[in-house]
Amino acid sequence: MQAAQATDRVPSVTVAGITFAADLAGALFWEDERLLIVSDLHLEKGSSFAQRGVLLPPFDTAATLARLAAVIARHDPRTVIALGDSFHDRTAHERLSPDDWAALSALQVRRDWIWISGNHDPALPRDLGGVVADEVAIGPIVFRHEPTGAEGEIAGHLHPKARVSTRGRAVERRCFASDGMRAVMPSFGAYTGGLSIRDVAFAAIFQTLAFTAHVMGDRRVHAIAASRCY
Amino acid sequence: MDIRSPISPDLLPELFQRWFSARGWSPRAHQLDLLAKAQDNRSALLIAPTGAGKTLAGFLPTLVELGAPRTKPSPKITSTGRGVTRSGGLHTLYISPLKALAVDIARNLERPIADMKLPVRVETRTGDTPVSRRQRQRKYPPDILLTTPEQLALLLSSDDAPYLFSSLKRIVLDELHALVTSKRGDLFALGLARLWRLAPQATTVGLSATVAEPDDLRRYLMPQASGAQNMADLVIADAGAAPIVEMLDTKERLPWAGHMAGHALGEIYDLIKANKTSLMFVNTRAQAEMLFQDLWRINDDGLAIALHHGSLDVAQRRKVEDAMAAGRLRGVVCTSSLDLGIDWGDIDLVINVGAPKGASRLMQRIGRANHRLDEPSRAVMVPANRFEVLECRAAIDAVAENAQDTPPQRTGSLDVLAQHVLGCACGEPFSADALYEEVRSAAPYADLPRGDFDDVIDFVATGGYALKTYERFARIRQDKNGRWRVANPKVRQSYRLNVGTIVEEPMLKVKLVRGRSKGTGSTGAIARGGRMLGQIEEYFIEGLVPGDTFVFGGEVVRYEALMEDEVYVSRSNDANAKVPSYMGGKFPLSTYLAERVRLLLADQRAWKGLPDQVREWLSFQVAFSRVPGPRELVVETFPRADKHYLVCYPFEGRLAHQTLGMLLTRRLERARARPLGFVANEYALAVWSLGDMSSMIRNGRLDLDALFDADMLGDDLEAWLAESALMKRTFRTCALISGLIPRRFTGEEKSRRQVLFSTDLVYDVLRKHQPDHVLLRAARADAATGLLDIRRLSDMLGRIKGRIVYKELDRVSPLAVPVMLEIGREAVYGEASDELLAEAAEELVKEAMHGQD
Repeated sequence: MQAAQATDRVPSVTVAGITFAADLAGALFWEDERLLIVSDLHLEKGSSFAQRGVLLPPFDTAATLARLAAVIARHDPRTVIALGDSFHDRTAHERLSPDDWAALSALQVRRDWIWISGNHDPALPRDLGGVVADEVAIGPIVFRHEPTGAEGEIAGHLHPKARVSTRGRAVERRCFASDGMRAVMPSFGAYTGGLSIRDVAFAAIFQTLAFTAHVMGDRRVHAIAASRCY
Repeated sequence: MDIRSPISPDLLPELFQRWFSARGWSPRAHQLDLLAKAQDNRSALLIAPTGAGKTLAGFLPTLVELGAPRTKPSPKITSTGRGVTRSGGLHTLYISPLKALAVDIARNLERPIADMKLPVRVETRTGDTPVSRRQRQRKYPPDILLTTPEQLALLLSSDDAPYLFSSLKRIVLDELHALVTSKRGDLFALGLARLWRLAPQATTVGLSATVAEPDDLRRYLMPQASGAQNMADLVIADAGAAPIVEMLDTKERLPWAGHMAGHALGEIYDLIKANKTSLMFVNTRAQAEMLFQDLWRINDDGLAIALHHGSLDVAQRRKVEDAMAAGRLRGVVCTSSLDLGIDWGDIDLVINVGAPKGASRLMQRIGRANHRLDEPSRAVMVPANRFEVLECRAAIDAVAENAQDTPPQRTGSLDVLAQHVLGCACGEPFSADALYEEVRSAAPYADLPRGDFDDVIDFVATGGYALKTYERFARIRQDKNGRWRVANPKVRQSYRLNVGTIVEEPMLKVKLVRGRSKGTGSTGAIARGGRMLGQIEEYFIEGLVPGDTFVFGGEVVRYEALMEDEVYVSRSNDANAKVPSYMGGKFPLSTYLAERVRLLLADQRAWKGLPDQVREWLSFQVAFSRVPGPRELVVETFPRADKHYLVCYPFEGRLAHQTLGMLLTRRLERARARPLGFVANEYALAVWSLGDMSSMIRNGRLDLDALFDADMLGDDLEAWLAESALMKRTFRTCALISGLIPRRFTGEEKSRRQVLFSTDLVYDVLRKHQPDHVLLRAARADAATGLLDIRRLSDMLGRIKGRIVYKELDRVSPLAVPVMLEIGREAVYGEASDELLAEAAEELVKEAMHGQD
């Protein structure tokens, strides 16, 4: 079943019978619902570090929003779900620059926007535009931030990445992790690192290694057996 | 008594004369010269070969001064507000690039001090010095303090630096030739500038091996002022007997490629047997591992042969060093970890296995044999392949002429300056104007533009970003007088933890455990713990899958698992490691030696000095294609199997060739030649493609002059740098040194993986949003000479312009064979990740299809 995906022209991730297009930027798109899902934007992570004395370049929010704008332009979704940890800390939204606010508001025009709360942003204010929720169910699919392993679940939180090695060379990239019944989204934020899909955290969700890493290459998404990755 | 240097009683006190005579020595001319310079209050550079008594020369003036009856009781006491009284104060500061060297020198100084009962206190201060002694050293400084550039930076950033250093009379810099070529040299130059301000009376003495441009070092030792070239005096010691250097006249067939010299193994072993103690130098850790293992395989006589390289566990290295000093070893296989001047006792032969890379490097290695000046050092060169024969021949000729090729003086880098500025702010507050003047007195920074300096201050304060959003998070702030100081004590603490310019590759600990009978790398089921073998670069392990074998610690091991920062390996029965890690050579072939190799090739009369096999090889090349002339670039194309090849011979070293390969494949891609990959060695570059490059050139669809035009260093280079892993590594170094990303954190110890922020992500974002940021400028400056060697590539493209000689061939030429053999042996460069990922994805398809059968 998953083998067929590797040869599909549009790479896709299937969860509980629903097929989502896997966008190279790290987003899922549900065509029938015109629903776009992104996870772990971690806006204002740069300024969060700066508060603690590590002066990372303050451009991450603008970079993340620009990529988000490009994905939205590609798919023109009716609804956008931000799957939690959209803001890096509880006061991050207060540090958004006026320009970034304007860019975010522009993305929300003429579409529904759902902020799922995450562990980094558990108490989102009501004035971000759109609605705030802990989780959302649409048809057989449940969207929540932290994965539980339930069937039909699409979650984020873990920032999956996969490393593929051959003959002494290695490529390490962000990826979607899915076994057909549940999926974990890659992180979307410009400053977000990753956790290897071979970490025990993934074993708790997928039980076995019989899941697929949909790895983001430079030009396309590659479906690779998790057992082949490190 | 030495006739050329009669002892002048004015110079050397009787006590010292008696001490020299009692040991059957007489002071050497350069030792007395340095004494005279010291009495005239002159700074000086001493150039002397190994074994010339360089260290004693450096310390003799200090010992004489401190040994003389004190004319005045003690220097004035500087108030520190702490009411500390002190004895004589620090007199001489000795700086060595190696911690071990400082400790070694301290031991050597004890002897004359004890023999002559001199009232001199000598202490070392390194990372290993206990806190209690460090505190005591600051309150009650010794007469002579031996330390490293990093420890000096720490001392200078403390409040009591003015108190500690105000009495300083002399600064002695050991192994200066090695220090000044790196960012550590930049950091130390800035420290020196600070010392000159704190102790204007101090003079400097630099001790150095022979270098190409002594004037560079002479300037380094003196405060520079705009418009003037201040240089320290120059003292040159007698060179001693000329070394005897030979090339191994092998009876075996000379290999076409490779760096291991496996063909000459038996002959190397015979050399070890025929001598008392041999030092075998190789260029990389992997080569050292391989040679050591091979020698033990044929070690029927059970000779004591040891291994020494920087990745081995410290305890194991100390054991080898002690055995060496005690004369218990017959041979040591080593890398540059033994290049610098620690005295290991009597070595009667140096064997250089593989390419020498540079004339000066070779001379310093040869100098390790025989520390007695009047007897010639002996060395045997063992080239590992035919090109290396040419390189060895060129190097032997260079040694005979005493021609040096040490690199030119660096321009001080901005990331190091940023670290220094933060250090300054940790001590007394500074005014930007005064610090700018001080910084420019350091030779590497003499031409620093004020704009760059101000950008660095801005970077240290708030990150230096176009978006001024971090004012409230500033690390340094101005007081009401406009002077800068750290904003809070945490900044100072963080500086102390992160001082220094040595950025290690991320390393993993290698532990030996018992292997599993089988398994495909699931973590678990491996007994944790195990014996520590040493450390290995993380990127090397990332290229492996469990089950792969490689050589480490002198044996073939099997990669089992990676857990946090530990790699678990087991003993393997494989005779051959599956994954080679030939990093062709850490040091690129020097420009000078490359030039000599080109001249040697171009002059057929000079081939007489080459082995028959090599002469024959070159003659075939003359008949079949062309041997490159001294300034020209020969380009060959030919078909082979179902691919088409383009081979060229720039002789500019691997790093420059790799960069050239990246840029050429981009251009060939645009020309629709459909390039597939390339491989580079020190001398040549081979690119292969699906498109028929021969016919494209014939039909004028591919223009070689345009292909090799220097404009590739414009847009193509910029586009490549955006994604280059090498550029990201270069940036990472700058980000860590400058203090943008801390390497070590205050507070509780966290695992490295949790706290390290990926500098690659910062690079991507910064490059897009502020391409002229000071750290990107620092990284680009590094790329010109470092991993990408862009400057050298640029010089080469200028040299060959209008001098490309093209040969269309129907098959591979003799000269192309070595680089063609590297294909499949070297990791093929190319950063096309999609191909690698697609290959892994194919496996999934196959697996699924097979399952459906």
